[in-house]
Amino acid sequence: MKKNYSNEDLHSEQGATISGQQQKAIVCNGLTKQFGSFRAVDNISFDVNEGEIFGFLGANGAGKTTAMRILCGLSYPTSGEATVAGFDVYKQQERIKKNIGYMSQKFSLYDNLTLLENIEFYGGVYGVSRSEIKIRSSDLISTLGLQKEAHKLVSELPLGWKQKLAFSVAIFHRPKIVFLDEPTGGVDPVTRRQFWDMIYEAAANGITVFVTTHYMDEAEYCNRISVMVDGRVEALDTPANLKKQYKTNSMNDVFYELARGAKRADN
Amino acid sequence: MKQLLAFIKKEFYHVFRDRRTLLILFGMPIVQIILFGFALSSEVKNIGIAVLDNARDVHTQQIIGKISSGYYFRVKQPALNFQELEQRFRAGEIECAVVFPEKFASDLYKPGGAHIQVIADASDPNTATTVINYLNSIIGNYEQELNPLRKLSYRIVPEIRMLYNEEQNGSLNFIPGVIALIFMIVSTALTSVAVVREKELGTMEILLVSPFRPIMVLIAKAVPYLVLSLVDFIIILLLAVFLLNVEIRGSLVLIFAESILFIITCLSMGLLISNLTGSQQTAMMISMMGMMLPTLILTGFMFPLENMPKVFQILSYIVPSKYYYSIIKSVMLKGLGFSYVWKETLILVIMATGLLTLALRKFNVRL
Repeated sequence: MKKNYSNEDLHSEQGATISGQQQKAIVCNGLTKQFGSFRAVDNISFDVNEGEIFGFLGANGAGKTTAMRILCGLSYPTSGEATVAGFDVYKQQERIKKNIGYMSQKFSLYDNLTLLENIEFYGGVYGVSRSEIKIRSSDLISTLGLQKEAHKLVSELPLGWKQKLAFSVAIFHRPKIVFLDEPTGGVDPVTRRQFWDMIYEAAANGITVFVTTHYMDEAEYCNRISVMVDGRVEALDTPANLKKQYKTNSMNDVFYELARGAKRADN
Repeated sequence: MKQLLAFIKKEFYHVFRDRRTLLILFGMPIVQIILFGFALSSEVKNIGIAVLDNARDVHTQQIIGKISSGYYFRVKQPALNFQELEQRFRAGEIECAVVFPEKFASDLYKPGGAHIQVIADASDPNTATTVINYLNSIIGNYEQELNPLRKLSYRIVPEIRMLYNEEQNGSLNFIPGVIALIFMIVSTALTSVAVVREKELGTMEILLVSPFRPIMVLIAKAVPYLVLSLVDFIIILLLAVFLLNVEIRGSLVLIFAESILFIITCLSMGLLISNLTGSQQTAMMISMMGMMLPTLILTGFMFPLENMPKVFQILSYIVPSKYYYSIIKSVMLKGLGFSYVWKETLILVIMATGLLTLALRKFNVRL
């Protein structure tokens, strides 16, 4: 199934910085993932620009997770092409992993480690040098205003703070792209708003944000969104254009209109 | 390498911050050694014994006198018949009985020898064995006294009736058993739980998305528990030597090498279990039922294998701790060298390799 990419590795380091006006962080072309007779991801194609906040929407079971797994270098597509940060999903999974950050809806820090120890650990796993970890973590702690809590166990933090910290940890190694899988599940609206402020700040610093969510108000915060239905990308545009296209003024209606046709049930 | 060290450091934080883990790690071996060493000592004293003396001659009186003279037996009222013996066994008043036939004295001079029946309550097989051994040696002693020059054909043949347990359990055999058990708990159960906890928490996905290699995740999980197992091993050895006065006869280097081999086997099992399940509870259950119970029952350190049904005897061949137990028993307690345990070692090597390969192959890189 794997394709033969000769000499690809030689050029890979430059892959991310091909000269051009609008650089692409993610390029998908006819990406397909087949499990037996089931097509989890069915021939999807889309581009994500560098520094963009890209909303990846879809009902449960639409194939979002499968697509995201491929883009994160965790599984191989059955056919089609895709590059992430300029690296090929077939041949350069390890390079992809070095250049992305990831945060999931499940809380992903260690409860019985302190804030600093968590940061140190993830920094260490991504190969950030010890001196650099020191500088960046003290910066991070002071930006978040958590100086007092730095040596406390993470279990003592409220959930909202944990999620913000988890996001900061996900971009601690300064990835080119950060994948957020329903990052704000179970978080109150105020914290969610603050969370999105952080996402905007990261995007302003040049990090591409690839985010899945079920909250339609969050979809509005994205530069562009795609909606997946039954493994296919059914719509892809800015929130404003989508609303215009579907003649409504709420993203909820757009989503409902699209997802209503879905044949696949949950999972 | 630096990444691996960061990971291992984190694992140690987990261990030292979890009171339950600490208790299992350091409380368990100490408690077990003390329990097995003192409370469950197989030396028996003050055994209730009744005599059914149908002969009532000089010989039987002397033998009874010898039995009562030591501190092992308390001779109770003589019994009148078998029914009475049985009743007193049931009531728990006596744990063993000696029956002399009517013509004991005259039988002594006959070619077939005199027969004594020795009955022991084998519902506790280990005690029964010990009791029988005591009685055997007392009778043997008396026989020698009667026949100092070994010329006359006096002979007393004790007929022993035991329901099971013909193996003579030395009191120190439990130490290798406890060591095997502790390794199972630390290397198999705790390791599998440590891996599965990451799955449950969702941190495993983060690790898999990171450039950290999946195999390194397993190594980083295994190394701390390997170290901790060895620490436990040293604690047990120190306790055995200084508290129980066990003499370690064989080579320490060999004992350590074999132990590391067994720890690796246990770790592989732990990793394999963690691949098969997604919840800490299931992992714990599989470790307990699938690994620790067989270690307790099928290695032969608590219950003799020889007297089990054939099925269990065959089953015991696939229990790795059986081989480790026999290696450590041979090397530590009997002082035997590698040439005596190479077969068991080879089997363990094969098992460890097989399990490790399976564990690595099964390790699925899934979210």
